Amino acid sequence: MTNQENKKKINLAIYWGAACGGCCVSVLDVHEKLFVVTEYADLVFWPIALDIKYKDVEEMPDGFIDVTLFNGAIRNSENEHLAHLLRKKSRILVAYGSCSHLGGIPGLANFHSKEEIFQRVYYESESTINEDRVRPLQECVVNEGTLKLPEFYNDVRSLNQVVDVDYYLPGCPPQTERLVEVFLAIVTGAELPPKGSVVGAYSKSQCDECKRKRTDNKVIKKFKRPVDVIDDGETCFLEQGIICMGPATRGGCGARCIEGNAPCRGCYGPPPDVIDPGAKMLSAIATMIDADKEDEIDAIIESIDDTAGTFYRFSLPGSILRRKLI
Amino acid sequence: MSFNPKIVAFLCNWCSYTGADLAGTSRMKYAPNIRIIRVMCSGRVEPTFVLSAIKEGADGVLICGCHPGDCHYHEGNYKCLRRYKLLKKYLTQMGYDPERLHLEWISASEGKQFAELVDAFTEKIRSLGALNAKQIIETLT
Repeated sequence: MTNQENKKKINLAIYWGAACGGCCVSVLDVHEKLFVVTEYADLVFWPIALDIKYKDVEEMPDGFIDVTLFNGAIRNSENEHLAHLLRKKSRILVAYGSCSHLGGIPGLANFHSKEEIFQRVYYESESTINEDRVRPLQECVVNEGTLKLPEFYNDVRSLNQVVDVDYYLPGCPPQTERLVEVFLAIVTGAELPPKGSVVGAYSKSQCDECKRKRTDNKVIKKFKRPVDVIDDGETCFLEQGIICMGPATRGGCGARCIEGNAPCRGCYGPPPDVIDPGAKMLSAIATMIDADKEDEIDAIIESIDDTAGTFYRFSLPGSILRRKLI
Repeated sequence: MSFNPKIVAFLCNWCSYTGADLAGTSRMKYAPNIRIIRVMCSGRVEPTFVLSAIKEGADGVLICGCHPGDCHYHEGNYKCLRRYKLLKKYLTQMGYDPERLHLEWISASEGKQFAELVDAFTEKIRSLGALNAKQIIETLT
């Protein structure tokens, strides 16, 4: 390869905050297209795959990285430090995946305080034996010097609650095909959407591309868990009484869950102009409740397990109330 | 200084807002703590409106609509009732006192009932104390 060709390559970084690793794996899921990626891009930082240290990133000039895909929420001071660092070093910062977009599954920790989480994890959980009641300290002095750990925050945050974000690529994890489309758009110099846009997803709702049979008149007498219903494989989940987040979720994922006969859980986040995904869903679900009398409505609502956790499964830190009041 | 609750009230255009208007034109006195927002129907009140009011500093939220069976759009108030019930369940789970949100049916002729409702709800919120949700939501810890 000549130097001329080398110059065209972009610098790509991928980093994980509070994440499960699934987003990084979704990048690996490009399979043989990885050669296409490396043809266009140099991977300059990717902790899951490459041994590049934080100090190497710190030594990069500002704006050195063309695109950073940041996955994972901001749970501790290390995540936050890297978010600031990568913002400084990157021209385009993409919140990649549900966790950096709206908080994701780690964001459900906002139902508890830091203290409650520490109590549970270090003292109370069934598998914990901690007779000396040891709990991690941020600093610990040993003979060799001082050991330091990142600070664990009380709140889980989405990426845009910490730094300025250019684009959002939602999903848990994002559909690999969408990533390839977005990546090729960036490297081929296609016109990019306005800053702050959600890319790699449609603007219409999940229901819009759903293949299941549905009627306009959805009525629900009782909410059921998927385990309580023998699914016929073709009727709308909501019409069977199973909560499906389709009405308040963007399309673009290829309806993977629904194709697998599981209801949508809402990982792609809300359609455009929706401020609070859970509230939108709550609003949609409430209109389907088939009762006019207060006690009947109460009885139907009673059958919803974990209202907040269901409607805000991927979006609690990014919602209006953001966390439980404590 | 004593606590003066901030209350946001969503009133439907056809019954409740007219009811509030009647209270006003009849020179009835009631607590000055409510900020009225007129909506075309109580069915227009999205949960997002209520959550936004809380985020912007409301200590309590009141929703008023036509009596069951009297909705100008036939069933908007029933939709409101279902949303209200579900929203209360959500608010409870989020650690908010569900009594900070209240739904009441007020007809166009019930000016007196409206004035009494505002007084009673204001006292209720006063006894619950300030919510301070705005500060909690905006401060990341």
